[in-house]
Amino acid sequence: MNSCADDCPCAAMTTEKLTLHYGATAAFRDVSLEIPRCEITALIGPSGCGKTSFLSSLNRLTDLVPSCRVTGRITLGDLEVLAPDTNVVALRRRIGMIFQKPNPFAFSIAKNFALPLREHGVREHAEIEQRTEAALRDVGLWDEVRDRLRRSARTLSGGQQQRLCLARALALEPEVLLLDEPCSALDPISSAKVEDHLQSLKGRFTVVIVTHNLAQARRIADRVVFFWADESGGRVVESGPVDALFEDAIDPLTQAYVRGQHG
Amino acid sequence: MSLGTSDSNLTARRRKAAAFRWSCAALTSATIVLLAILIFHVCKQGLAWLDWDFLTSFQSSRPENAGIKPALVGTLWLISLTACIAVPVGVAAAIYLEEYARPSRLNTLIEVNLANLAGVPSIVYGILGLAIFVRGLGLDRSILSGALTMALLVLPVIIMASREAIRAVPPSLRQASFALGATQWETIRHHVLPSALPGILTGVILALSRAIGETAPLVMVGAATYVTFLPDGPMDSFTALPIQIFNWASRPQAEFEKLAAAGIIVLLAVLLVMNGVAVFIRHRSRKGVS
Repeated sequence: MNSCADDCPCAAMTTEKLTLHYGATAAFRDVSLEIPRCEITALIGPSGCGKTSFLSSLNRLTDLVPSCRVTGRITLGDLEVLAPDTNVVALRRRIGMIFQKPNPFAFSIAKNFALPLREHGVREHAEIEQRTEAALRDVGLWDEVRDRLRRSARTLSGGQQQRLCLARALALEPEVLLLDEPCSALDPISSAKVEDHLQSLKGRFTVVIVTHNLAQARRIADRVVFFWADESGGRVVESGPVDALFEDAIDPLTQAYVRGQHG
Repeated sequence: MSLGTSDSNLTARRRKAAAFRWSCAALTSATIVLLAILIFHVCKQGLAWLDWDFLTSFQSSRPENAGIKPALVGTLWLISLTACIAVPVGVAAAIYLEEYARPSRLNTLIEVNLANLAGVPSIVYGILGLAIFVRGLGLDRSILSGALTMALLVLPVIIMASREAIRAVPPSLRQASFALGATQWETIRHHVLPSALPGILTGVILALSRAIGETAPLVMVGAATYVTFLPDGPMDSFTALPIQIFNWASRPQAEFEKLAAAGIIVLLAVLLVMNGVAVFIRHRSRKGVS
């Protein structure tokens, strides 16, 4: 299944007995997963079962929530993600994230790229331009915006904004991409475009995507992880290759969910 | 009973709505009318005395020779210096409290005290300024003493307004920045501050507008009322517009009352200019942001 070239820079991630609390409430418990390199892993399950929290714990964006406590183990290649001496700035450069609502900065399109690149030490003007163009081409936005790079990124349509955010993450050459329902705020056509470009990036990055769209999960994912919430918080019910999970899931909960019978 | 579709019921409801609307409009216009009367009264008294000579002359015991130059210059010195002290400190404090401080008992204490300090009468700040800056630090009755005292006075307001503005920055912006591997400082510098700037500026201008009209603390730290020179630097003694107005208004001769009115017009003009600048900057940074 691993279609990745040997020189591909992307890394695999694993979690071991990962548990996340907000205050005294557990968002999810004991999640042990392997996220294979250069594949697309889709997280599915009803709202409130900890998928988004799980995603944000992978790049330690959960550090921003004061009441949030993460225990267990996360690795990215050789790196212990949860270790206190881990450099989160470098970590988040290796792990890009796209959110549910497009969140371009309220600057020009060009500055949306230049700012994070400069923050990561890319000072050369030519290199910034070249990386910006390459990233915008990767998401099929270059021809749409090449004449208005100085215009505000907020003047773009919702779908264009989301592709801009994807490109902005790509410009930093991450190894892993986390996507939190990236298409849920988009119309079907924009959504299809984002999806297409995700698929075209397959093999260059390790992708973890949260989605409520089962058809989308089925179309683009290599592996699927099914989350479910009960009284004690979210947990992983079942995970496996996409066809296995959709065709012959072992757990009755999974069977019912992928058939659209509840959740 | 029908669900409020009968004619009489509907008419009553619409009448109530109209009554509320008109009483709001009446109360609003009452305030504006009061303000207009005040300004009209001041203008009627003072406009005749307001000319170039008035703006460029020094204080005199003869009303026709008296001018407001040292007070105007003193106020500009005072407000600029106050802004230079209070804005960096206030914004930095707001950033610390909103972005860095973890919830703790000390921080709750700071927050409660900030709210209290904003309500402390200005004369108390004047006494504080007299004790600390004028006597304690030996700064004497200088512009610097006055500005430091004014800075203390406006700090709570600036801090609270800046905190509100910083808190109103959408979390998605912070998330986007952090997720791209920005440090906390980069996130604050590149995203939080530019986005909060209009709100911070509003708070700063409101606070400085309050400071410009304050008289009591300046009386305490010893702003002179009879100044016949322009200050050369922050260590010079000074007078300010409200002090000069107060001084003129308290004299028995009718002419000085007119001078006071002319002084008030100058003070209002300075305020108007400051607010105009704030509106302009806010408008510009909004355009940049949205």
